[in-house]
Amino acid sequence: MSARATGPGVALPEQQEPLEPLDVTLILLVDGDDVLVAARDLYAGAHRTSAGGTVVVREPVRLGHKVAARDLAKGERVVRAGMSIGSTTAPVRAGGWVHTHNLASDYIATFAHRGGER
Amino acid sequence: MTAAESTAAASPVLARGTVLGYPRPDGRVGIRDVVAVVYLVECARLVADAVAAGRDDVHVIGFGGCYPSAYAQRMLEMLCTHPNVGAVALVSLGCEGFDREQLADVVAASGRPVTTLVIQQAGGTRATVAAGRAWVDDVRARSAAARTVPVGLADLVVGTICGGSDGTSGITANPVVGRVFDRLVEAGGTAVFEETGELIGCEHHMAERAVTPELGAEIVARVEKAAAYYTAMGHGSFAPGNAEGGLTTLEEKSLGAYTKSGAGPIHGLVTPGQLVPSPGLYLLDVVPEGTPRWGFPNINDNAEIAELIACGSHVVLFTTGRGSVVGSAISPVVKICANPETYRRMSEDMDVDAGRILEGRGGIDDVAGEVLDLLHEVAGGRPTASEALGHQEFVLTYKSSEPTGPSCLPTVR
Repeated sequence: MSARATGPGVALPEQQEPLEPLDVTLILLVDGDDVLVAARDLYAGAHRTSAGGTVVVREPVRLGHKVAARDLAKGERVVRAGMSIGSTTAPVRAGGWVHTHNLASDYIATFAHRGGER
Repeated sequence: MTAAESTAAASPVLARGTVLGYPRPDGRVGIRDVVAVVYLVECARLVADAVAAGRDDVHVIGFGGCYPSAYAQRMLEMLCTHPNVGAVALVSLGCEGFDREQLADVVAASGRPVTTLVIQQAGGTRATVAAGRAWVDDVRARSAAARTVPVGLADLVVGTICGGSDGTSGITANPVVGRVFDRLVEAGGTAVFEETGELIGCEHHMAERAVTPELGAEIVARVEKAAAYYTAMGHGSFAPGNAEGGLTTLEEKSLGAYTKSGAGPIHGLVTPGQLVPSPGLYLLDVVPEGTPRWGFPNINDNAEIAELIACGSHVVLFTTGRGSVVGSAISPVVKICANPETYRRMSEDMDVDAGRILEGRGGIDDVAGEVLDLLHEVAGGRPTASEALGHQEFVLTYKSSEPTGPSCLPTVR
């Protein structure tokens, strides 16, 4: 298991430049998606989404990573850009980081990258 | 000044929108005029490298194996007769299994100057290098091609690959390439995307885009084949950097990669070494048929780039989030960077800053327009970032490949 790929402790600088209140930092790719994509490295806190709402991000999230758009139960299919990208292996609260620690491929589980994926 | 730059300087731009390329006897147009020096076994590689040393327009390609390979034979035949190639020097040790006579015959039949240097017959390393360099000097002096025919989007075959993908690839650079492909095909051009093993999860959506139900069924079957093949390998097409960059599952990576294909109809499916029948949008199935025999379908990005070029690609659009630096022998590689932070860190290696979409400095259409303009300039001789830096990677390994039949190429009559 790689802590770098799976742990919540992504190394971010101590300070983050203050954002303009209207900066969109979370992208909703398709209406109805279960996840939002970070458009920059994000600190925990309230962030604007491209859909016009606000989501409280619960932990630091790197550019290109995902957070839950809503509360997700364990075993739910997760939709990004209108297509399933796998199922949750643990419950995720809205604004929580969604990655290998709580989302797995249900297409072909053996495709997991050893070390990086689990 | 590099050779690529001098090519650009010599490239006459007749008017805005018109650039010239190299006419070839088979009717295709080249956008580069490369002398290919081809080693036919690893034992001949140093000699090939020495023949090409110091000349930016002389590229080394080849095959390292000693045992015969129908796939490698086919790949090198297609690459040596590629429109970007003007002349070919084969470098053989002498005892390897590669059929050098057949390759030389195919090149000669294409109307290109060709020589075969056999190290064991020429008297060893030094004598063969000297003979090879003299031949290249002579062929360049006697028969250097000139840019005399106009090249437009309709003349181009453009391949695409993503490498070093991250969570930004599927929302910036890959949709940009998709938009470029839509416009390229609308303009009468030809686009090639890959690869079946990185499109797992997208097969039914692709099937709906196929121009016939038979082609759609082939696409689904071939993605299922790819899934079985990778399962046998015990490892999907998913690298540690993909997860660090925010991609969680193979289907998420597939979804991002798939956006490179645009939204238009899929006209056909080809395999490595099979020339795409222009025009239209084609899927390249890089995964061999049958029981896995030779290992991973492609060991790295350059093995796949070589296959895109062997299918006829004049230029390859390479999207990257983490930051790949590679180029290729034979055809220019255009680097489209998906991640704005990567672009800032590695801008000299990148041609296009697609990550700016994330920062509100342009939309997908703006960046797609920039790529189309750049394609035009690159076709006329402008060196890409990887060309200017001297990248000429080439990888060819053992593999099997069968050409596809009529059900995969419904538009060919």
